[in-house]
Amino acid sequence: MDATVDGMRTGSALPISEAKGTGAVSDPIFVGLLWASGIFVLVLLGLIIAELFMGGLPALQHFGLEFVWSSAWNPVTENYGALVQIYGTLFSAVIAVVVALPLSFGIAFFLTEIAPPALKRPIGVAVQLLAAVPSIIFGMWGFFVIVPLMAAYVQPPLIDTFGQLPIIGLLFQGPPLGSGMFTAGLILAVMILPFITAMFVETLESVPPMLKESAYGVGGTTYEVYKNVSVPYGRTAMVGAVMLGLGRALGETMAVTFVIGNANRLSASLFAPGATIASTIANEFPEAPIGSLKLTSLLQLGFILFVISFIVLAVSRALVRSRMD
Amino acid sequence: MASLAARRAKDTTIKAVSIGFAVFAIFLLGWILWTLLARGLPALGLNVFTNITMPPGQHGGLLNAIVGSLIQVGIAMLIGGPIGIFCGTFLAENGKKTKLGAAARFVNDILLSAPSILVGLFIYSLLVVPFGGFSGWAGSVALAILVIPVVVRTTEDMLNLVPVGLREAAFALGAPQWKVVMFITWRAARAGIVTGVLLAIARAAGETAPLLFTSLGNNAWSVDLNKPMASLPIAIYQYAGSPFDDWVALAWAGALLITVGVLLLNVVSRLVLARMH
Amino acid sequence: MTSAVDPTFNLASSVAAKPDAPVAPVKLKVEGLQFYYGQNHALKNINFDIPEKRVTAMIGPSGCGKSTLLRVFNRMYDLYPGQRAEGQVLFDGVNIVGKELDSTVVRSRIGMVFQKPTPFPMSIYDNIAFGVRLHEKLNKAQMDERVEWCLRKAAIWDETKDRLNTSALGMSGGQQQRLCIARTIAVRPEVILLDEPTSALDPISTSKIEDLIDELKREFTIVIVTHNMQQAARCADITAFFYLGELIEVAPSDVIFTNPKEIKTRDYITGRFG
Repeated sequence: MDATVDGMRTGSALPISEAKGTGAVSDPIFVGLLWASGIFVLVLLGLIIAELFMGGLPALQHFGLEFVWSSAWNPVTENYGALVQIYGTLFSAVIAVVVALPLSFGIAFFLTEIAPPALKRPIGVAVQLLAAVPSIIFGMWGFFVIVPLMAAYVQPPLIDTFGQLPIIGLLFQGPPLGSGMFTAGLILAVMILPFITAMFVETLESVPPMLKESAYGVGGTTYEVYKNVSVPYGRTAMVGAVMLGLGRALGETMAVTFVIGNANRLSASLFAPGATIASTIANEFPEAPIGSLKLTSLLQLGFILFVISFIVLAVSRALVRSRMD
Repeated sequence: MASLAARRAKDTTIKAVSIGFAVFAIFLLGWILWTLLARGLPALGLNVFTNITMPPGQHGGLLNAIVGSLIQVGIAMLIGGPIGIFCGTFLAENGKKTKLGAAARFVNDILLSAPSILVGLFIYSLLVVPFGGFSGWAGSVALAILVIPVVVRTTEDMLNLVPVGLREAAFALGAPQWKVVMFITWRAARAGIVTGVLLAIARAAGETAPLLFTSLGNNAWSVDLNKPMASLPIAIYQYAGSPFDDWVALAWAGALLITVGVLLLNVVSRLVLARMH
Repeated sequence: MTSAVDPTFNLASSVAAKPDAPVAPVKLKVEGLQFYYGQNHALKNINFDIPEKRVTAMIGPSGCGKSTLLRVFNRMYDLYPGQRAEGQVLFDGVNIVGKELDSTVVRSRIGMVFQKPTPFPMSIYDNIAFGVRLHEKLNKAQMDERVEWCLRKAAIWDETKDRLNTSALGMSGGQQQRLCIARTIAVRPEVILLDEPTSALDPISTSKIEDLIDELKREFTIVIVTHNMQQAARCADITAFFYLGELIEVAPSDVIFTNPKEIKTRDYITGRFG
């Protein structure tokens, strides 16, 4: 047992000034790869922006900036504009957020304040699984299940009642097709609901217990503490969460393509068929040959969608991370 | 100030509404799953797995689409997985407080939520047009781009959970950084990294939009990555919108398969992570 | 700067003043060492000698710089871009601060054990083999021999010999800490740095580690940072007292704990602050 250190030394140790480092060659390579992969992500985003911009440039040159606010989309006369699609993209995404927001508030309240611990996890996981369902499945479910329901039971009574009113009635015009802006918004709401809820829960759980306890201490009810302490405390990050939901809804493709009706016209009605940028790209692409004005117009639409998403997502991130950093 | 009774009543009402919302969310998930089972299960015969896509009325299956999806998702993971793990490692280790790190983290967050159809357009311009047509490669690369941000985010988060002391202990033995990272840090965080990879597979497997203009889909049997390649989501998309009942039924069978697969991957990844903590 | 440290203070002769301590050569010589965390000047012109095959304790209140100095000795600060050291630490006469020497070389000669046990998520055997394989190519039999040797040195061979292939994470805290010491010894360093090695352990495990330190100093030069003055008094031949980034006093332990020269030292060891 008492072998000395010297006894264990198999070879004589070099003087420290002559020994070689264990990572003298390998570490620069490895660390170089790490940095390269960090740079890669930046280059990737740069390339995406550049490709979409260059691809859409001929359309911009042909139509001028007018492309952005022209409502034309006519393959016969080769006249294209982005207004209908931008309108549809924003309108459907806003409907989604308006519908998803109260649901998210409620579910987050349930998960953080009401649910017994045994239920909290399974229900939280179930809500998260909703986010994992692929977009195309929402599309099929929407197309085969929700659209007929909307056409038969939801839209006719709404059109009959609200459709008669002045001004607000404009939102409830047209035949009850089932598909259209409103249905697309509803499906999108279900899709973004888990994202918003998860970020709400994360934010609300970071509220210092001391704050909540002192509010309870002065006799606040559960809801009052939630509304007056927890939500104001997490306000910034929660606005960020809503923006993230909006950002996701803006670019959603497959689900929307199935249920929005795909009509290139403007209508104020919630029930009118419409189109988003993403659904237009998905639908029109097969009939857009290489080098055509249509293809470059689609790429320009893609670039516009990218710019809108980028702004929304960047703002969202700044809000969400503002507390963390 | 409202009376105590009124405040209590309001509190109770809002609690009830919240419980109702939570039940509703679960009901939605159940509704979707039930729809898939009710419509997909009857159509899920052996032919789905043994036959390739065929004209209506000929008992076609989805074999080429399933194999195509496996190939493209597999290649996407082989490309995107290592890049994602390295980039996530960069963010958690060397790039933590650098300008490049902050920029890469920002860009990754954007890529994570950016519209996937734009990735399809990007690869279309970058690979399909210059290299003479739609191909399995183009589809795989498009999926790889969607996989990267998922892996980056999880890897970074999980490595940040590894105690600093563990890294220092390995460095203190005279280990070079690559050995500290590969044998100690990655090892300590491996359940988390695996979770990220599984979630990325789940995401790639369900994506449709980026494949529309890259691998396009293929109704014939083909495993040639230089030719258009079939995939489950694209086959579902084509068939669901078709006027033929047997094609629509096949679309439901495919939808059931893909959803069960994706949800299973999610559940498994959560279990892996739960076992880690 | 207070200059309680007599520039002519000769460590070798002062150690020799202890009847049972023969003259020890200097293993680490700290010369004009300055250390900065970004703008924060954490160590101010430190000069002192650490004798070979002795236990040197560094004590002082939290934030006094004792742990910082320990982390200079094996270049731990290299890992953090904002931290830098100026001046010299001579290891057998060779400066180990700065970029001339590769940090992995320094760390292979100067090992470190941390405050909390840091077992790697692998088997007990692999915990030890990991460090050895970094520096040497051993065959299976040699590696087995090395593992047994260092586990015996760390006095946990009997507890681990039947479970070498089980995960190190299943051991108790005290066992984990002794495994970490074994892991450090296995690389065969010449100096072992201990950063409050018992602060996370119970009294029984603590006394085992202290016995171990006593055993190890026969072959290794040991530097220990501790909050616990009794521990310093029990284990250390030399004790250095740090306060606010300065070395206030260094002397044989029995001197510093019975008859310190400096008032600050006296106040600290009598518990008036810290």
